[in-house]
Amino acid sequence: MHNPISIATSLPPLPSPIARRTFLRRSGVSVGSMALGSLLARDARAQDASDLKGVIQPLHFAPRAKRVIWLYMAGGMSHLDTFDHKPKLAELDGQPMPESFTKGQQIAQLQGAKLNCFAPQHPFQQWGASGQEISAIWPELASRCADDMCIVRSLFTEAINHDPAHTFMNTGSMISGRPAMGSWLLYGLGADTQELPGFVVMVSTGNYGQKQPIAARQWHSGFLPSRFQGVEFRSTGDPVLYVRRPGGVDEGRQRDVVEAVAALNRLEEAETADPEIATRISQYEMAFRMQTSVPELMDVRNEPQHILDLYGSQPGDGSFASNCLLARRLAERGVRFIQLYHRDWDHHGAIKDHIAGSAAEVDRGAAALITDLKQRGMLDDTIVVFGSEFGRTPMAQGNGRDHHLAGFTMWLAGGGFKPGFNYGATDELGYHAVENRVSVHDLHATMLHQLGIDHMKFSVKFQGLDSRLTGVEPARIVTDLLV
Amino acid sequence: MTLRLSRAIGLGILAALSTSALAAEAPDAGRSQVEFNRDIRPLLSDRCFACHGPDKNTREADLRLDTEDGLRGEAGEGGAVTPGRPDDSELIRRIESDDPDERMPPPAFGKDLTPEERGLLRRWVEQGAEWQGHWAFQPIQRARPPEVSDADWSRHPIDRFVLAAIEQEGLRPSQLADPRTLVRRLSFDLTGLPPAPDVVERFASDPSEAAYERLVDELLASPHYGERMAMWWLDLVRYADSVGYHGDQYVSVSPYRDYVIRAFNRNMPFDEFTIEQLAGDLLPEPTLEQRVASGYNRLGMMSAEGGVQPKEYLSKYIAERVRNVSGAWLGVTLGCCECHDHKFDPFTAKDFYQFEAFFADIQEQGLYGGSDVTGRWGTMLPVPTAEQSRQQRELNEQMAAVQALLETPTEALAREQVAWESGLREWAVLRPEALESSGGATLTLLEDGSILASGDSPATDTYTLVVSAPSAAATALRLEALPDDSLPQKGPGRAGNGNFVLSELEVDWLPADGGEPQRIALENATATYEQTGAADANPYKKWAVAAAIDGDAQGPTWGWAVMEQVGRPNSAIFEIAAGTPLEPGQLRIVLKQNLDNPQHTLGRFRLSTTSAAKPVRAGDLPPADIEAILRVAGEARTEAQRNQLAAHYRSIAPSLLPQRQELARLEARKKALDAAITLTVVTERTEPRMIRVLKRGNWMDETGDVVEPAIPEWLGADPVPGDRRLTRLDLAQWIVSPRNPLTARATVNRLWKLLFGAGLSPKLDDLGAQGEWPSHPELLDALAAEFMDSGWDFKRLMKRIVMSRAYRQSSLAAAEQSEADPYNRWLSRQGRWRLEAEMVRDNALQVSGLMAPMVGGKSVHPYQPRGYWSYLNFPMREWQNGQGNELYRRGVYTHWQRQYLHPALLAFDAPGREECTADRPRSNTPLQALVLLNDPSYVEAARAFAQRALELGGDSDDARLAWLIREALAREPRPEETAVLLDLLNRHRQEYGGDSAAVDALLKIGDLPVPAALHRADLAAWISVTRAILNLHETITRN
Repeated sequence: MHNPISIATSLPPLPSPIARRTFLRRSGVSVGSMALGSLLARDARAQDASDLKGVIQPLHFAPRAKRVIWLYMAGGMSHLDTFDHKPKLAELDGQPMPESFTKGQQIAQLQGAKLNCFAPQHPFQQWGASGQEISAIWPELASRCADDMCIVRSLFTEAINHDPAHTFMNTGSMISGRPAMGSWLLYGLGADTQELPGFVVMVSTGNYGQKQPIAARQWHSGFLPSRFQGVEFRSTGDPVLYVRRPGGVDEGRQRDVVEAVAALNRLEEAETADPEIATRISQYEMAFRMQTSVPELMDVRNEPQHILDLYGSQPGDGSFASNCLLARRLAERGVRFIQLYHRDWDHHGAIKDHIAGSAAEVDRGAAALITDLKQRGMLDDTIVVFGSEFGRTPMAQGNGRDHHLAGFTMWLAGGGFKPGFNYGATDELGYHAVENRVSVHDLHATMLHQLGIDHMKFSVKFQGLDSRLTGVEPARIVTDLLV
Repeated sequence: MTLRLSRAIGLGILAALSTSALAAEAPDAGRSQVEFNRDIRPLLSDRCFACHGPDKNTREADLRLDTEDGLRGEAGEGGAVTPGRPDDSELIRRIESDDPDERMPPPAFGKDLTPEERGLLRRWVEQGAEWQGHWAFQPIQRARPPEVSDADWSRHPIDRFVLAAIEQEGLRPSQLADPRTLVRRLSFDLTGLPPAPDVVERFASDPSEAAYERLVDELLASPHYGERMAMWWLDLVRYADSVGYHGDQYVSVSPYRDYVIRAFNRNMPFDEFTIEQLAGDLLPEPTLEQRVASGYNRLGMMSAEGGVQPKEYLSKYIAERVRNVSGAWLGVTLGCCECHDHKFDPFTAKDFYQFEAFFADIQEQGLYGGSDVTGRWGTMLPVPTAEQSRQQRELNEQMAAVQALLETPTEALAREQVAWESGLREWAVLRPEALESSGGATLTLLEDGSILASGDSPATDTYTLVVSAPSAAATALRLEALPDDSLPQKGPGRAGNGNFVLSELEVDWLPADGGEPQRIALENATATYEQTGAADANPYKKWAVAAAIDGDAQGPTWGWAVMEQVGRPNSAIFEIAAGTPLEPGQLRIVLKQNLDNPQHTLGRFRLSTTSAAKPVRAGDLPPADIEAILRVAGEARTEAQRNQLAAHYRSIAPSLLPQRQELARLEARKKALDAAITLTVVTERTEPRMIRVLKRGNWMDETGDVVEPAIPEWLGADPVPGDRRLTRLDLAQWIVSPRNPLTARATVNRLWKLLFGAGLSPKLDDLGAQGEWPSHPELLDALAAEFMDSGWDFKRLMKRIVMSRAYRQSSLAAAEQSEADPYNRWLSRQGRWRLEAEMVRDNALQVSGLMAPMVGGKSVHPYQPRGYWSYLNFPMREWQNGQGNELYRRGVYTHWQRQYLHPALLAFDAPGREECTADRPRSNTPLQALVLLNDPSYVEAARAFAQRALELGGDSDDARLAWLIREALAREPRPEETAVLLDLLNRHRQEYGGDSAAVDALLKIGDLPVPAALHRADLAAWISVTRAILNLHETITRN
């Protein structure tokens, strides 16, 4: 199985297993491979058990993880006030930033401004047996999860504004139109649930940042078919768009309509032998199930009190902690990729108070999620990722910090990442990632590796290229991070 | 393993240039002739070019397999293969080697050749290793259609190409589609809408050739044809109603969309259509429509995010243009070359930046700062509708008529004017006897009595003047601030911007008897103009003249200023309080200028008094130029001065007040009309900016070569006309030049997809080496040639294709067909596919009778779930559902929000249009089911459909069910279907019969009123039936 997976997304489904075999036998000059066949089979026969399978059969490696929960601190969390301690920056507080750091570098809002050092705004201390250095704004995460975390302090990215930086972090390209990582995984690994979408996104909005916009492109399937798209679960209104039945239509009446549709579709199938109809029927079944399974998922009242206490959220409050609890429920139900955005981290001003506020919005929920996954034995095969689209400048912007791409921190937990470990470093002022640099593509490649995928062999033909999540440049699997 | 190597119709690129030069070679199924472009090139491209291809930076061992020289060797040197001798060919040896160090492609590359593929390469070398240039870059060939024996398939050239291929594959063509299916298919394909039931019946009763052709002509003439074609084109050119980046704000550009619809409806030739979009602004005296078309260049994403570095975004915008033009017109992927030479095609990074340079003359900003508030995104043009143009003309005429009245001198007016003049106030200039500047400026008295400051220009100053006291009857003091050429910006102030601030004015009477000076009280200060700018902190909220006599109650610096009127004369008038003694003696006049913003002192000014009766207000002063005329004695005035004075009088004459009021009313209407006219983003040309090759696409790198616009060499660029810089117009003309083979091929291939469900080459977005060899290369070329030869006539091409027998085949696949040709590449049947996103909506609106069929206009807002936009910001927004007809417009008019496209369109694979989309995927998802089941648009459509059935569908349940099926599916119901629906109907009659709350809840979905005459519970039950019908696979399938 060394052939990359290649598909033509517009190809119609194949009508029968025999036809599929024939196609594969006859497609010598095309892109034939078994993976193509299995994808097409899924298109044609979504109701088959094979429906749930991804295109990578078998996996390239024995997987260490089955799913991903991405805690996405949207807006750009300062690494310098959270997980990357720079005492030297405190020494130089208020003094000019040495030009050797900033000359010729990309700068966002501080263009043309005087650049002065800005000390870390919160004290750091060592936590856990591993002695991880974490700032005081994370009391819960630091005290309970420091020994679970694999902190990477040498990330860098390519975009300095939110929108392209998010797009790069999620799709591996600043140019829109590529699939998000969740779509790639759903396509490659398939789903473990027929009740829920395999790629779910939830968004919470805090009170301390600039509430930067988040585009739905961040969970779009790009050039992959839209069934691989992330589905947003919402805390207000319909939990999934259009999942609520129309007024006056109760479950029984809706079932009657769906069954009539299925009966008529089957008559049409008998008449035409169009294989797409079988898929349609099964998608209606799934839609109908979602009308029950989604509200059931969102209703956390049946969680025991100690669990509700652990997360400390009120059901239905739309908080990050609520979403963390829902993420665990989604993970339990077989959802492949769960992404929780918290839109609160764009701290251009008043960072001391605001970052403490944002961290307080996130700290307990994130710690509870890790604790909860761990106590259920699920952390082992779940990759939890925590971080932003970029970091923030060591230089002051008033009493805040500007966007920063040259060095920032993310941490991972579970899924075969080394617990209680840290890796890479920025320079003494936290500007450039200098030691064991990790690109966004490296991060993606490493995560794919843990999920059993060789990123080089996982591609889709798009505009004539074997497009990969990890782009055209070489990416490396950061094996040092792995257990 | 059987590889089909004998495909006689795939003769590939023929050398013939004329239609009659060559007949197709007779089919010879027995020979296994390997064809380079069909069989070998795709293998080499996919497995070898990454290291042995066009990109010199990644080329290994200095070996190229993408060129003839590299493969077959140059003069005197051996190449990778030795024609006819596979065993002496290095390429064959390496691909067959078992040694992992020798083996190609290297095992680590992860793209091994299969044994069959290796065999194919060997056979190719055996057969002489004939090389061909990549098919899509070769000149278009005009091959004669092959002869076929079947008479039905001989009449139409397309059919002869298609049947020959079908027979070659050992397949049989399908029967003609049933007439009702055919009319529905044709209607969807040409207008995006289902056919009207009477059209279906008409054709079903007379499915003759003539009737079919008439139907085709009618549909091509429909205004909805343009909408259908626009859906296709707008994806390619990434048309949207929002800017895409960051806050994704609204941008008004719907006139461009309407231009596209109109162009297709008028059957504008594709070359003209291309030129107008890429270079409409460069055409001689461009029409409004051509300028609207030029908006194409500015449809890309834009940003108003504060932290944007303009240079970075300018490089993003212009690179995207290269991707879009090359994707939309040429069907190739030039985009890769932003960072590196192409891996598979002969495009270089230099080609990319030379292509960029064509767009370097487009006026644009990297950062559209403030546009999120103003809604102005660079140059925008008002585009009136026909009705608005008519109203504009009408108003202009009416205004001209009133204006003419106002401009006509009459004797009566002349008499009134004389009376007016005699009643005017006279101002006596105060000529100072002493002059002093506290700050050391030189004050000079000029002949006209004005005073000019020169010399030192202190930060603040106080001027003190002593004048002989005017008449005791003086009622007001006037200060004129006058321009002078010696002053900055011509004054009247000495500040760099020509402004001044008079902080305080004080007048004292110095009695002739030497008594104590007495302060003269000034009141009711007025001015011809008071500055409003930079007044946020000013307690008067403007630079008020009142501040100059407030005794500095609000602070010493505030005062009178005129920033917006710099360079022009202005006056302030101060009334002298009654009972103030003025004579005999002198007046001391003190002008304080205290603003700390330095040098806001008066540069030239004059003082005068009048004895006219109060009130004396600055607003009553004639304009300065009129005053100058008035100062000239009547008989000494020139004719020009007399005319000017008369004109001024008419502008204030009480007898003309009604006309002036009428004019003001008309002007207000004109202003409101202008404000209602839709703006659109257009291209404005400016001096081209410098374009460099950016190494690895890095916009901060300034070491790359500077490049000028140039057509990529590999496509046989037309010679440079003279030595002038090439323009977008040159580019557009090259794109549609008969010597460029890509445009016609790419376009025809895509149109084929609209009519058959897949392109003749299935890769719509890449005709390059990584694309796919077309199934019918000669047919593709024949159509491309015909398209160009016909003058790029879209309707003719569409008609040509739909008139073919191949198009009219049934889409039902016999078992043997799906067995032998699962993807229907050989076209032995028609395609079946789900409707495009917009058409899913259009179909529900049309069959339910809700459709508002007007063409064009601003984008509209059908029902959308609340809160869907809650993650947008700058500003925060909520979607506002439209009203009335706006709720029932076709999908092509739905507001296209790039970051949050309407979820019902998104679910059916409509793209966000951030980039060129040549090929929408067609997926089949649970979310689609949720949309059709639960979106209020579809629930309301189901209600409208049910209401119509109850009104028009007959008297019995059976009749109504049959009516519904005919309306929705253009066919008669099957008895089993009626049974299912009748069962649902009766069950839900019971359900709703006893549940009036549910009935009320269901019937209130959507704005459409419920006719009072209908039985509500019965209607609710019928809605279940119509919901089921609107959810059928068949309903949303074109077959």
